[in-house]
Amino acid sequence: MLHRSFGSRVFDAANIIFLSLFALAAVLPFIYVISSSFSVTAGLIPKKFTLEAYQYIFSAKTFYRSLLVSVYVTSVGTMIQLILTSLMAYGLSYRHVPGRSMLLLMVVFTMLFSGGMIPTYFVVRSTGLLNTLWSLMIPNAISAFNLIILKNFFQSIPDELKESAKIDGAHELVVLFRIVMPLSLPALAAFGLFYAVGLWNQYFNAIMYITDQTKYPVQVVLRQVIILAYGNIGDSTDMEEVPYYGQSIRMAVIVVATIPIMLVYPFLQKHFAKGVLLGSVKG
Amino acid sequence: MNQMEAQTEMAKPTKTRNTLANRMWKVRWLYFFMAPGIAYFLIFKYYPMWGVLMAFQRYQPHVGLWGSQWVGLRHFRRFFSEPEFWMLLRNTLYIAALDLVIYFPFTIILALLLNEVRSEIYKRTVQTLVYVPHFLSWVVVVGICYLLFTTEGGVINEIIASLGFEKINFLMSERWFRPMIIGQIIWKDAGWGTIIFLAALAGVDPNLYEAARIDGANRWRLLWHVTLPAIRSVIVILLILRMGNFLDLGFEQIFLMLNALNREVGEVFDTYVYRVGLQQGQFSYSAAVGLFKSVVGLILVIGSNWIAKRFGEEGVY
Repeated sequence: MLHRSFGSRVFDAANIIFLSLFALAAVLPFIYVISSSFSVTAGLIPKKFTLEAYQYIFSAKTFYRSLLVSVYVTSVGTMIQLILTSLMAYGLSYRHVPGRSMLLLMVVFTMLFSGGMIPTYFVVRSTGLLNTLWSLMIPNAISAFNLIILKNFFQSIPDELKESAKIDGAHELVVLFRIVMPLSLPALAAFGLFYAVGLWNQYFNAIMYITDQTKYPVQVVLRQVIILAYGNIGDSTDMEEVPYYGQSIRMAVIVVATIPIMLVYPFLQKHFAKGVLLGSVKG
Repeated sequence: MNQMEAQTEMAKPTKTRNTLANRMWKVRWLYFFMAPGIAYFLIFKYYPMWGVLMAFQRYQPHVGLWGSQWVGLRHFRRFFSEPEFWMLLRNTLYIAALDLVIYFPFTIILALLLNEVRSEIYKRTVQTLVYVPHFLSWVVVVGICYLLFTTEGGVINEIIASLGFEKINFLMSERWFRPMIIGQIIWKDAGWGTIIFLAALAGVDPNLYEAARIDGANRWRLLWHVTLPAIRSVIVILLILRMGNFLDLGFEQIFLMLNALNREVGEVFDTYVYRVGLQQGQFSYSAAVGLFKSVVGLILVIGSNWIAKRFGEEGVY
């Protein structure tokens, strides 16, 4: 339409202004934190540029140890979770497997009902995972939701491809690793990123399952440094010992705890959106 | 299980060689692939469902489920008669209702506004920016919130003070707890929440708009008669899914925002289970509270799904 009414144009202008403000609000707090972490005083534009906070973080044992823990848990955990999910999704993608519908029902039901926090805690305890880094990777290894979507994705690969390879004598393993997985790379990338972000960002599992301070991931340390330091006043239930840190160090911890996410964000945006849509269209 | 399977299979006409055992043997490698995953679900998802029986016991960790004494519904009776039950119910429902009434429509409106933008580049840029907070952990989101809103040098309170007003203790007051929670949810997830709506909006047939325009519809009418009906089923499905998480809502976030001064309005079922169960060691009682929550959650999903179907929508299941 070439002719646009006055009201329509006013709406467009207001719309652009609102969206711009919302987009700004989405990133401004983070920019504020980044610039404050490089500065002696807090502010949007750093006054007196300094790297002191970062030097401190990478020299203080608590911080760099927790970073190492998080890097380890994220990289190993992503591998484990992705492999477990793919293997099971592949098995479920064949319609003729006896017992398949029962297995699917078993998976779906876990999305509706769970035993809850306390019974799960005791199961983790009885498996001996308590206070090990495995407790951050194994008890939530497979997301039922991701599993179903990946299963649907594997199903969409033409049967002829798999069958012809099998007729040529290819083993099931070969079919999975040489045909199905390579064809599913976009989906696997999306779910790998899903899992990686989840592992990097988790903290509640760590609070529940890990009592040894040397095994805390970075999110737990971050919580101690900022939230408990402010919020712990007069709280009788949470009597953890919390050391006090200066503001720029707190800001810098936030930045460091977020850098990996920011580094993969360009990939995240592309694949995540796809992953979400895979779920919505086919799930 | 095998017998049952075999019986149902027998009912179908099968070749003599094509027995169940045969067919299972043929796909033995698939079972082998699935074994770790099945083990995972049995151990970490189904074993806890069995373990929830502790809610009906006086559970003692060192003797386990077999040795502990059965007490029937005692923990449930205690829970329903505690004043805390009403506090938890009220807080949970309040926050969940805010989520449904404020956050959910907000994402739809945001998606509709983005959809009205003509410039592709501008739209992309806004999308890229508003997706960012979704990937931050709740610790980071709440942490940033603390740094900005604290009365000890937080920038928001500095501005309030410089305007001549009294500083507001956003983080440690009952009054500001809920607005802070809902604000954080919108900041973190509203942008991301638009994705599915935008995809649905992109799928609307342009001919529909053209036809409506020829009939003299203005933008408002297009929105009301073409756009909204087109995404109605997506809205319903997402609403059902969100209803299912009604009680799980924002547990990590609320846990992080809780402190002694806002517990009265902030404590929800999950945080209560954690505090009473794992921190105070009342395992059976807290498992009972958790079970109550799980059952209510299950009823909510099935119920909302049923209602959606009654109204002629597709539903999730």
